[in-house]
Amino acid sequence: MAMVQPRSLRWRKLAAHLALIGFLVLILFPLLLVISISFREGNFATGSLIPERFSLEHWSLALGIPWERADGTVVQPPFPVLLWLWNSVKVALVSSLLIVLLSTTSAYAFARMRFAGKGPILKSMLIFQMFPAVLSLVALYALFDRLGQFVGWLGINTHGALIVASLGAVALHIWTIKGYFESIDGSLEEAAMVDGASTWQAFRYILLPLSLPILMVVFILAFVMSIMEYPMASVLLVDEHKLTLAVGAQQYLADHNQRWGNFAAAAVLSGLPITVAFLICQRWIIGGLTAGGVKG
Amino acid sequence: MYTTNASRGLPRHRSRYPAERYTRWALRGLVAALVLALLWLVLAFHLNGQPIFALLFLVLGAALGVVFTRRTLMSHRYIFPAVASMALFVIFPLLYTVGISFSNYSSSNLLSEERVRAQLLSRTYQEESATFGFQLYSSDEGVRLYLEREGAPSTTGEAEAELEEALEGVSRFVTGPMSLQDSERRHVAIQPAEGEPVGVPLAMREVIAYRTALQNLVLATPEGLELRMAGLRHYAPMLDRYEARDDGSLYDRRDDLLLTADGETGFFVTEVGERITPGWPVAVGLDNYARIFLDPDIRGPFIQIFVWTFAFAGLTVLFTLIVGFVLASLLQWDQLRGKALYRTLLILPYAVPAFISILIFKGMFNQHFGEINLILDALFGVRPNWFTDPWLARSMLLIVNTWLGYPYMLLLCMGLIQSIPRDLYEASAVDGGGPLTNLFQITLPLIIKPLTPLLIACFAFNFNNFVLIALLTGGNPDILGASTPAGTTDLLVSYTYRIAFQDAGQNFGLAAAIATLIFLLVAGLALLNLRLAKVRV
Repeated sequence: MAMVQPRSLRWRKLAAHLALIGFLVLILFPLLLVISISFREGNFATGSLIPERFSLEHWSLALGIPWERADGTVVQPPFPVLLWLWNSVKVALVSSLLIVLLSTTSAYAFARMRFAGKGPILKSMLIFQMFPAVLSLVALYALFDRLGQFVGWLGINTHGALIVASLGAVALHIWTIKGYFESIDGSLEEAAMVDGASTWQAFRYILLPLSLPILMVVFILAFVMSIMEYPMASVLLVDEHKLTLAVGAQQYLADHNQRWGNFAAAAVLSGLPITVAFLICQRWIIGGLTAGGVKG
Repeated sequence: MYTTNASRGLPRHRSRYPAERYTRWALRGLVAALVLALLWLVLAFHLNGQPIFALLFLVLGAALGVVFTRRTLMSHRYIFPAVASMALFVIFPLLYTVGISFSNYSSSNLLSEERVRAQLLSRTYQEESATFGFQLYSSDEGVRLYLEREGAPSTTGEAEAELEEALEGVSRFVTGPMSLQDSERRHVAIQPAEGEPVGVPLAMREVIAYRTALQNLVLATPEGLELRMAGLRHYAPMLDRYEARDDGSLYDRRDDLLLTADGETGFFVTEVGERITPGWPVAVGLDNYARIFLDPDIRGPFIQIFVWTFAFAGLTVLFTLIVGFVLASLLQWDQLRGKALYRTLLILPYAVPAFISILIFKGMFNQHFGEINLILDALFGVRPNWFTDPWLARSMLLIVNTWLGYPYMLLLCMGLIQSIPRDLYEASAVDGGGPLTNLFQITLPLIIKPLTPLLIACFAFNFNNFVLIALLTGGNPDILGASTPAGTTDLLVSYTYRIAFQDAGQNFGLAAAIATLIFLLVAGLALLNLRLAKVRV
């Protein structure tokens, strides 16, 4: 608490609150608007934030249930939103599990062992991580195109390809976990090894249980990043029923046929769980993100 | 730090526990199976004529084998999976892209030379020198197609001579009775005929009604010669168009031309230099780079996009930093209540998935029914064309990106400001320093140093902010007079993406050359970042 206080404190506090609230209204307007639009009737409805003509049509369509209008016409859902969401979740779950697996073992070696080429490998991992995947899409496409000739589940238009391709982005997670491992005293493992545990056992039974929190953080981080991944999915996936949400959602706002209302419902439906998950885990996610200095 | 026995290369004893012994054997089996699978891939790629991919998996398989059998490399076993996946999905694509940039790989030069040759050799053409007029004869059993040769046999060229040989002087053919209701493509045998078959010839009107079915008929003589419909009244034989010569050239039998494989351009060319598509990829040296810097139709848009990319990334960092820093300073104020709630609400834009919020803005900025224009129209009576005016589109991108990015800066600044000792501000207050003095004399100097590497990373991220461009403007409005698809709001990455995947020409070589230039830039930024951040390993 500051000891020396300037005068006119109350007015300045009020001004600060007003400024913050004003800014928040401006910033949150788009999000509130979309929620409002999702309950409005029709695809181009305009009006106040609280809908005058309340309708559940968009929500019904987003959930994949055909909607019967008052005049008797039945509207079919334009896109399989739930299927896209499921695809996204499926890909994200598998890839983030694999990422946690890969980065934990590597981080253990980097934190606890001495071996040839450790420093250069770590540094070059950081450098290579900065190259965006968009630029090597041609090469990645060629790689999976060729692989698909021999291994069906790794070809173009498979979720396998997308999952495997995401495994390249492990450097950030390795650094996060490595930092955590280094903050744990090594003497516990040492004691275990003196008592006859192997390296693997010391890692598996001593260090891993101690570092569950950071593994959860990395899992959530990788999950969120995978859900938001767009460029690779847009090139590797072709069929409508294979798309992930990030690629599929833009079809609502195609230039020739904008379905603003339908999009709003689908956006709230699919965005809300991800947003809530992010907010619940914000403490850890933010720690991980700001440490690496890379935005997902 | 201690070093384990295994990582020093000392022998490992046979385990006392059976379960562990079995696990070890299972792991060895798994590694062996993986190595075998990789070797199978190597063989498959090699036999398929793709040496680069064969080499890639050979290196991978060999590395796997070496790392998991040599005791001295025990520690490397732990990092192998991660390093291998990075090598496969980050480093290899990077090198492959650099490699492509020296070739003319594109949608017209896609297949290997052998495949192109095979494709050309499978092409056919209709030999016009021997046409057969046809009539349809309807009877109870079905319709018969009767062909009669028109014109005299010519023996001018090789192809014609071969054709006459195959026809063996027969000039009339007839099919068995068939149904023409089915218009699928099908092969039908024809036999030499003595004269017109029984039945009534159909009138032209009825023949036209069967046109689709007739077009899809392939008539085969006993000698294996195939005839197809050529115009409403005729059928003509289909012949192989190209013939392989021993010296590797192709002979065009229809136009009497000799085609030679041109290793410089990757096409088969005629004597007068005309190219036959498709071609195959060949090395073109620095041509793609020369095009970027010398071809005015590419250089102009490239420089424009280059400048905009820098401006976009720089301004984004500046705006997000200002907004984030101001908010962080406000939220750091001890007297302010409800900071936790403010903080949570302020980082909401960061929590919403970017692909959703970008699309929300795309709808809101829509010229006709977007809420932003409705409000502007009500207040000022203007409806700006956010998506068709270059400067408005650029401003829109910056507004949206500031919205997306300021929470990150806010979080960074909050963390850094918190780490500044409070006594400094106390001392300043005692000496009569105001908020501005605090800001410029204490806060800024103290946070700028740790912030710099993070700002560089942020710059690099926005430099390559593909998702924003792809989802919001798609690079539009287009730059006029560009020979490649180039937009006024395109960043270098989205420009590269469009050249590779959207252009009708799909010029992978040129796209890879631009990508290589971006790689160099990013590598420079990454090294700078590493140096400034003084990363300890």
